Amino acid sequence: MPRLFGLVDCNNFYASCERVFEPRLKGRPIVVLSNNDGCVIARSNEAKALGIKMGDAEFKIRTELRQHDVVVRSSNYTLYGDMSARVMQILDANLPAVEIYSIDEAFGDFTGIDDPCRFAAELRIMVRQWTGIPVSIGLGASKVLAKAGNKLAKKTLNGVRHVQRADDLAEFPIRDLWGIGPAHEAFLTAHGITTGAQLAAADRVWIRAHLGVVGERIVWELNGTSCLSLEEIAPAKKNICCAKGFGQALTELPDIQAALAAYVARVAEKMRSQKLACGALSVFLLTNPFRTDEPQYNPQLSSEFAEPKTFTPDLQHEAQRLLARIYRPGFRFRKVGVMLLDLAPHLPIQRSLFRPETRFAEKARLQAAIDHLNRQYGRDAIRTARQGFADKHRLRAEKKSRCFTTRWEELLRV
Amino acid sequence: MSTISLQPLHPYPIADLLTFEPLPLVACRVAAGFPSPAEDWLEEKLDLNQFLIQRPAATFFVRVEGDSMLGAGIHPGDLLVVDRSVNPTDGKVILAVLDGEFTVKRLRLDPPRLVAENRAFPDIPITAERAFEVWGVVTNVIHAL
Repeated sequence: MPRLFGLVDCNNFYASCERVFEPRLKGRPIVVLSNNDGCVIARSNEAKALGIKMGDAEFKIRTELRQHDVVVRSSNYTLYGDMSARVMQILDANLPAVEIYSIDEAFGDFTGIDDPCRFAAELRIMVRQWTGIPVSIGLGASKVLAKAGNKLAKKTLNGVRHVQRADDLAEFPIRDLWGIGPAHEAFLTAHGITTGAQLAAADRVWIRAHLGVVGERIVWELNGTSCLSLEEIAPAKKNICCAKGFGQALTELPDIQAALAAYVARVAEKMRSQKLACGALSVFLLTNPFRTDEPQYNPQLSSEFAEPKTFTPDLQHEAQRLLARIYRPGFRFRKVGVMLLDLAPHLPIQRSLFRPETRFAEKARLQAAIDHLNRQYGRDAIRTARQGFADKHRLRAEKKSRCFTTRWEELLRV
Repeated sequence: MSTISLQPLHPYPIADLLTFEPLPLVACRVAAGFPSPAEDWLEEKLDLNQFLIQRPAATFFVRVEGDSMLGAGIHPGDLLVVDRSVNPTDGKVILAVLDGEFTVKRLRLDPPRLVAENRAFPDIPITAERAFEVWGVVTNVIHAL
């Protein structure tokens, strides 16, 4: 039976999430800003029409935003993450297999469904009713075709588009194809290939020679042969990093230590939630490269553990030790980062011959209790002393909407 | 001068914190080796989530501020369980959006209007001129006594 893939993606996801809980924002231009209210990471259609671009720095377009009465929101990932989980849950309950691709996109297996376009249209209506989020669905015999279909679906009235043959892509620009970046686009255009249909008709051996096996796969996929399967289980991460920029440049060691402690707690929680342990840890500092008038210093230092670690205080101790070695006064740092490396399943435990961990069971129980309390009472309810409570590294988020779906105190009030 | 003596705390042993199950209505310690006559009859513990929430992906909680629905047992400060997947039919209490504002009212369809359960509030007709949308159907109200 020929496979049928669908790509479901949410339209203007962050802006749409804001609109669900603030219906009077419908029809108004909305922009959502990145961490620290820095730049535009999402726009509603009305904001796109005003010419606001993805990545525009907020301070640069501030007057324009005010002039056009654009609604500005700080990103509310807590809300977006919860709404995304709801959309994915609905897809998962209605499709035999789903691969979550990003916070607002998922591939689904539509193989064997009678009248897949009608089914996709109904699924779309269901998601819209159950969550308030509008989605578009592209269908195709391969992931590349499904993704192209999704792009075309946004222009249709019912939000669904099935790309059945390469000819459907006679006017589809190659830059919008999955896997074709600016370099490939420039090369192909120079050789007269500018549309999806043309690329599908290209000689595969020639493509393989110039675009590699990845390029050749795209051509196969454009012709309806699926080379990429659905990955239902996300591959385990190779490393986990936390390196959030500071709200304001930090110069003093205690402030940076506090930020690093917070980030270590974060990555350690992520690691434990994936049932992994890490064999090495790396810490780095960054000054602001755009401030050419300021001295630059970007050190990094790593160390390996004798035995894989999962316990936050162990990781804190090592991270702070590395920071103490790389920190120098007299610099204005804009970021500290920690990366957990050499990740592997936490069981079975690889014991070290020379300095074996003796309090593993005790530490594991304590850590589990702390994780449980932090989930219940809020992030960092219990924190290591080094983290402190000043939170000087905390980001600006002046226009954040409430966490309507995860905090009792922040519910919609009617 | 009175003295304060500190009583030692007896917190839950940490092992108990690791099991995230709802507390059983009756806790029963069974000594090893003694077969409980109840073994074959044990059922699932009662869970309020199962009772209140049919479709988690479509269910949202909302806090009531106004008193327009007192007659329906909805008081200011109450928590509403709103299910967006339920079809809004005649007689259901709904969370609606009227001209961009949220309101909780009973939906009536002949003629289409929003009805309060409080004599101080008049009926609101639903016409083509007003921007009207059903946000969800209120399935339960949780009222603390």
